[in-house]
Amino acid sequence: MQDLGIKILLQGDNLVRLLQGLGVTISISVISVLLSLAFGVLLGIVMMVKNPLIRFITRLYLEFIRIMPQLVLLFLVYFGSAKHLGWDLGGETASVIVFVLWGTAEMGDLVRGALQSISVHQTESGKALGLTKGQIYYYILIPQAVKRLIPQAMNLVTRMIKTTSLIVLIGVVEVVKTGQQIIESARLTSPSAALWIYGVIFFMYFIICYPISLIAGHLEKVWKE
Amino acid sequence: MEKPVLEINHIEKAYGDHKVLDDISFSVKKGEVVVVLGPSGCGKSTLLRCLNGLENIQGGEVKLNGEQISQNAKNIHQIRQKIGMVFQSYDLFPHMNILKNIILAPMKAQHRAKEEVTKEAEKLLKRVGLLEKKDAFPRQLSGGQKQRVAIVRALCMHPEVMLFDEVTASLDPEMVREVLDVMLEMAQNGSTMVIVTHEMQFAKAVADRIIFMDQGKIVEEGTPEEFFENPKTDRAKQFLNVFEFVA
Repeated sequence: MQDLGIKILLQGDNLVRLLQGLGVTISISVISVLLSLAFGVLLGIVMMVKNPLIRFITRLYLEFIRIMPQLVLLFLVYFGSAKHLGWDLGGETASVIVFVLWGTAEMGDLVRGALQSISVHQTESGKALGLTKGQIYYYILIPQAVKRLIPQAMNLVTRMIKTTSLIVLIGVVEVVKTGQQIIESARLTSPSAALWIYGVIFFMYFIICYPISLIAGHLEKVWKE
Repeated sequence: MEKPVLEINHIEKAYGDHKVLDDISFSVKKGEVVVVLGPSGCGKSTLLRCLNGLENIQGGEVKLNGEQISQNAKNIHQIRQKIGMVFQSYDLFPHMNILKNIILAPMKAQHRAKEEVTKEAEKLLKRVGLLEKKDAFPRQLSGGQKQRVAIVRALCMHPEVMLFDEVTASLDPEMVREVLDVMLEMAQNGSTMVIVTHEMQFAKAVADRIIFMDQGKIVEEGTPEEFFENPKTDRAKQFLNVFEFVA
């Protein structure tokens, strides 16, 4: 008798394996997102500098990262560093590097945009009160910028989480790859496994990303100026 | 003779070929209220912005108690603590409530204790009739109320001079009075003030001295009585005539 696809989930430790794969996805995402947000804020501030050389370099970095498909960046870092620099980074490390490079660039541009959208009078008021540049950024500009960029930043975070599914291609076994392995192994006994496994993966991504959208929506409401 | 608090010596400023400030000199004594008048674009707002280093000057010098002010000075933020400034656009910080708006700079720039600053802020808010608004956010206040808070915010730093840059220019007419009353009270209490305004009646009432500017130059200087009753220059007569016609 042909198996019901759903049984495949309960066979052996399949579900545990999927959750482990999900763990890899989540840990790479979380590390990348946190680093990207932190570096992105710094990059955004650096991009406000008037120095033309610094402007040119940050612009170049941003455009380079934006133009490159994430997959090409992954290959470049993973295989490129191994072949030309002799580094054995490992798939996870290479993934984190690429996602941080990408996330920092995108986040930096969001932060720059948000900072620029804040009226110059805010800075002048701070200056006139005798605050230093650092204090003006810390107490006045960044809190306002963060509120303004929450929607786009959350969008970036969910995009980053979803894009981690590409890292299969440099050999990292995350949730999608684990799913594929389970499907492959059950190809003969349970032909409809693919539907169920991918269904479960769909829900896993949904469960991670949906709360982020909810939190973003909530923050937007609470912080509405 | 008493030493001036603020000394402005031959300052020059130009945007490209256009001279905005052309050899401006005057000084302000302690407790004196100087009102700067002049047609739009005569450089009076720019002048105020040069006084606390928000704009760079190309020549001359501005001194506060003998200490030179320049935008590039390492201690410019310390000097600015002694010069309060209130702007036309009353830029309160929208993400902080009224009390926090006021106590931020005294706490962070002057490192004063929170309790002490809060007490003073509440006292000042009471004086301008806005104590019950201390937990409100700027968006919940009217323009006149915001501007009064902006004045309190500057006052809480204990500045030696206060600069007012057309602080009533973007207010609804019925809110102008409440702001001017606060300034008038400050003047009576001996604050040193430099005021740029278009409110002639107010200028007459508050000023110890009027400076009339046109095209980046000081055209005439004198007591309010001299200036309004008996202007010496044609340019000043012409300027005052326009106002009388409007009135």
